[in-house]
Amino acid sequence: MTVTPLGIPRRMLEFTLDGEEARVPEGSTILDACRAAGKDVPTLCEGDTLRPKNACRVCVVEVEGARTLVPACSRKAEPGMEVRTDTERARHSRKVVLELLASSVDLSTTPKVAGWLKEYEAKPDRFGPDAARLNEEPKVDNDLYVRDYDKCILCYKCVDACGDQWQNSFAISVAGRGFDARIAVEHDAPLTDSACVYCGNCIEVCPTGALSFKSEFDMRAAGTWDESAQTETTTVCAYCGVGCNLTLHVQDNEIVKVTSPHDNPVTHGNLCIKGRFGYQHVQNRD
Amino acid sequence: MDLHFGDSKPTDEERAAVDALLGPPESSWEGADRSDADLRWARGGREARDRRDLLLPGLHAVNDRIGWISEGALDYLCRRLTVPPAEAYGVATFYAMFSVKPRPATVLHVCTDLACAAAGAPELCAGIETRLGLGSGVSVERSPCLGLCERAPAALAIKAGDPVRTAVSAPATVEEAVLAAGSPGSAPEEPPAALAVPQAGQDGLMLLHRVGVVDPSSLDDYRAHGGYTALRRAFELGPAGVIREVTDSGLVGRGGAAFPTGRKWQATASQPDRPHYLVCNADESEPGTFKDRVLMEGDPYALIEAMTIAGYATGAHRGYLYLRGEYPRALHLLEHAIGQARARGLLGDDVLGQGYAFDIEIRRGAGAYICGEETALFNSIEGYRGEPRSKPPFPVEKGLFGKPTVENNVETLVNVLPILTMGAPAYAAIGTGRSTGPKLFCVSGSVMRPGVYEVPFGATLGDVLTLAGVREGLRAVLLGGAAGGFVRADELDVPLTFEGTREAGTTLGSGVVMAFDDSVPLPRLLLRIAEFFRDESCGQCVPCRVGTVRQEEALHRIVERTGADAAGDIALLREVGRAMRDASICGLGQTAWNAVESAIDRLGAYE
Repeated sequence: MTVTPLGIPRRMLEFTLDGEEARVPEGSTILDACRAAGKDVPTLCEGDTLRPKNACRVCVVEVEGARTLVPACSRKAEPGMEVRTDTERARHSRKVVLELLASSVDLSTTPKVAGWLKEYEAKPDRFGPDAARLNEEPKVDNDLYVRDYDKCILCYKCVDACGDQWQNSFAISVAGRGFDARIAVEHDAPLTDSACVYCGNCIEVCPTGALSFKSEFDMRAAGTWDESAQTETTTVCAYCGVGCNLTLHVQDNEIVKVTSPHDNPVTHGNLCIKGRFGYQHVQNRD
Repeated sequence: MDLHFGDSKPTDEERAAVDALLGPPESSWEGADRSDADLRWARGGREARDRRDLLLPGLHAVNDRIGWISEGALDYLCRRLTVPPAEAYGVATFYAMFSVKPRPATVLHVCTDLACAAAGAPELCAGIETRLGLGSGVSVERSPCLGLCERAPAALAIKAGDPVRTAVSAPATVEEAVLAAGSPGSAPEEPPAALAVPQAGQDGLMLLHRVGVVDPSSLDDYRAHGGYTALRRAFELGPAGVIREVTDSGLVGRGGAAFPTGRKWQATASQPDRPHYLVCNADESEPGTFKDRVLMEGDPYALIEAMTIAGYATGAHRGYLYLRGEYPRALHLLEHAIGQARARGLLGDDVLGQGYAFDIEIRRGAGAYICGEETALFNSIEGYRGEPRSKPPFPVEKGLFGKPTVENNVETLVNVLPILTMGAPAYAAIGTGRSTGPKLFCVSGSVMRPGVYEVPFGATLGDVLTLAGVREGLRAVLLGGAAGGFVRADELDVPLTFEGTREAGTTLGSGVVMAFDDSVPLPRLLLRIAEFFRDESCGQCVPCRVGTVRQEEALHRIVERTGADAAGDIALLREVGRAMRDASICGLGQTAWNAVESAIDRLGAYE
């Protein structure tokens, strides 16, 4: 458990959420309000420690007077606003957006998405067998990460985490345009020829498993990855004096990957290459 | 910021192209040879980062000189501007006119969009490719609308070098296009812009009255024909007075969104945050639209005067003219005009001796329809990928460089001149109650005299088509371009006003009137529209990125089908179209289904 700073007190504003009065602190998004009210609005590209990019558009809701639907993750609540989260119109858009995504990328390792596909009765197959999809082989060009573009929904979270919001390495960006847009390093080179510093913070924020630990990728390929058999233990990194928190994911008494708690007020989930990947010495039994 | 550069080195020519824009590098930190001083301090940082907006001009500089952008050239440019190479690569690959792969120095863009397709672009492309074959030193590229619809089919040749050479061939034949590509410098000159204005020289024109009458390269000629009287009047009225006149005139934006111009100016002018910016959106890329090109080529000083007035009214001292990259002649004429205006004190520190400082910078687009979206345009100028931003905040509050910005289309700005010279009441008396003033329409396709027509709001579609001489066998008219909608040949009494078209369930959009006769296969036309949106989607949001692809696939499946065979895919199109309209970030995705839907519902395509 880490301590979350309270911040300065904020004024409350009132608006209507699905016909009921909602009171939220000024600056809250519609999504914050929905979560406070216990409403389940699906989100994919929203990241708890990154600025909302609102690119996936599965969290759209209806706001009275707005011509189009609005993304709940980024639109700030305004006094007097009338928001409806579960109208036929919003549900239709969510359903189609989920279908479009699921028909073009592999969402098999995206948490929660199977439930949403069912809830919204999405049928990604109805675009036919010839519907364009990526169908690219995973890029394995180093011993730490795997980039599987087949699973990439272009949420921009890795770009933001590598750039000015987290790591300041700016090693990745979106290249190309439209359906051909891809997350890429400079000149579309292998990761080893890029400005990547292997902090793994992009893996930390990836919502779909398009970026993963090589260890996880290999175990999945071998059929030995079993999340239900894993324990998670949060501890302190021993490499330097900063004191970053590490969450060790352990399966069969082996560390299989390392994450970091996002609610830590110092690191917000960030680690360096040593904290994230340098765990082999712990389990060196020789 | 922790920047990492690879080992790629620029060639001498690539380095020269960048240095010609940015000046020579001062230290090894930005690409010069190492000196003793470099060992003691680092240069760059914030100072260099503040020049990020020179990334797009830098990419143009290299692409213009070499024809493509190599790793070494990109890395050198990044070093000069302190831009991460991954980001610059993302920007370079965003634009259609740039290539990060080697290609021949000459690129021949052959327009395959709506008007050109109807005028035989497929055969033209095939003919050119046969003639040029491999090893000709020319890369033939199929291009979206080149904005030369009145002279369809069209081709634009660009030959890299110092200086870069361009030539337009329109109406293009295989021979002429090949000739233009072979030697753009000595290709025959384009016909004057006035030829695109069949009404040129007629009485009563307000926006087009100087096109074909004045010499577009002569400031004196412009002044002799009433130029700069509007700016003098603006200085008499003062900024608040100008905004009052524009508000009272009822002018609304002509770029397609029809937002009240006076309200936008007022909202920007009243922002306490400084500086304010003015942006002129001259990224005219809507298929079928060429009015802004004709205005800029035929009467460039009018736009400069109008921008100066807009800047004065809204408290901006800097105006950016974002010009689409496919308009080389407009670029030359505007560059010349801005230079002349500056030399004569009509731009600069003290405009007309009134103590008001204003200058204009031209920024060239590089082939991206999406950059016509106002916030995507800001990103493009700032050196980022031309992806639209989420609104709110709106540009009047946080626009270019995060500052209050007023953005207007070329035609909108040019309307300000008659508003000031004739006064708001007289201007507002033209047109209808809610659509005031004159309006330009770009008429092309199956008509005798294609071109830009100026009519007062309230004229019907039939009136405009009569002016242009509609040919026999009219089947449908595309109103408002690819983002607009089709109307039937029996609906020609639609009044061409914002309210009239809305009532008729269609839109004026950017003023496109494209006529199609029976000979044009409708499903192929719709396929081209779908292909256009798929190509031009920036890819940022899912409904547009994937939706435009699924739309095109469905239209491919039913291209030769009708009735029950097509019903399933039409139902699918409706569902996807509705989600694109509702959930896309910007207008591109929101309108990508309009034309197809109207063709199904109004024209009975696939019945």
